Formats: sequence, C-alpha cells, structure tokens
Amino acid sequence: MPNPAVVRARLLEAFPGARVDVTDLTGTEDHLQAVVVAAQFAGKSRIDQHKMVYAALGDWMAGPIHALALTTRTSEPESNGGNREIGDGA
Amino acid sequence: MSEDIRSRIQGLIKGHKVVLFMKGTKQFPACGFSNTVVQILKKEGVPFETVNILADGEIRQALKEYSNWPTYPQLYVDGKFVGGCDIVTELHQSGELSKELAVVAAAAAPALN
Repeated sequence: MPNPAVVRARLLEAFPGARVDVTDLTGTEDHLQAVVVAAQFAGKSRIDQHKMVYAALGDWMAGPIHALALTTRTSEPESNGGNREIGDGA
Repeated sequence: MSEDIRSRIQGLIKGHKVVLFMKGTKQFPACGFSNTVVQILKKEGVPFETVNILADGEIRQALKEYSNWPTYPQLYVDGKFVGGCDIVTELHQSGELSKELAVVAAAAAPALN
C-alpha cells in the first residue's frame, strides 16, 4: 500500500519544485488527501491539473489508493497582501 | 472498449442534461464522495440523473477509459465532463457550478412549454 511519504515522493518527482502535502485520512493508507501546488499547472484547467496528478500516481489509482481528496494550485493563495509562507520544504 | 459500450456511455451522457455516475443511488449513496456530489446537486436545485456504477461493472470500467478519469463519482453536464468530487465541490463553492447549470437550464427551458 503506498503510504503518504511514498506518494509524496512520487509527486515531488513528477512535479519538481512543487509543494506537496499528503495525509492519510483514515490510517489505512488507502484514503488519502493531497495538496499539490505546482508551477507546472499554469494554464491548465482544474480537470487537466488533476489528470496530471493521476497520471503521476499511475497504477496506484487503479486500486491501492481507494480514494484521493485532491487539491491542486499553481501558486500559493495570496492572503493579506503577501505571499503565504510555503510549508517546510523537507 | 467495444463500440457497444461506448455508445451506451454516450447515450447516458448525452441523454440527460445533468448525469452523475456514482457509487449507489440518490437515496442510498454508497460512498462519501458520491454522497457529497448528490447533496451539492440537490442544493443547486437542478434535476439530475444518476447511474449506479456498482450495479454496472461494464460501465464502471469503460467510463474510466472514456473520460481518462480513474475515480468516481463523475459528473457530466450537457454532455461534458465537469469533474469528480473535489472539482465539483470547488465549483459549487465558487459559484461557477450554479452558472454552468443555469446556462444548461436556460437552454432546456423552451423545450418545456
């Protein structure tokens, strides 16, 4: 079963320089939530952005990952006029 | 995908202004994500058709290939793929879904009277 760290690593590989957060919603490693903030999404529709993530996850989406709550952004949302701090880069 | 299943899918997608391929039914959604979209469509106040992909394994497999989308639910409006739970939720929250559904309803209105 792909755990969040492994999923995150594959998404970082597919989207170099992106901010990727993956959390396990149920503790069973098959209901995950992912937030991907990547410049590679620029100019793409939401559907295409999600398809890019699904393509990166490949065969995991055909069973091992039963459910993926996915949020994609091209950049961090601006709040109170400044750029929001991107989470730790580790 | 066989031509038969492709035309079945197209018939379902084009045969209804708003159609949701989901796990379960409106009355008995079998998955939280499917239920979320059913509730959103009810809030939007738009008539919609549902297809229970748990009861139709052939459609369940073929639609993923047809739309190049690996999960359910899948919402189609006016023959076009709108998204799964995440995107439909975002569109609902931003008001974009209401606009899109209003356009479809307006286009369908003359046919009603």
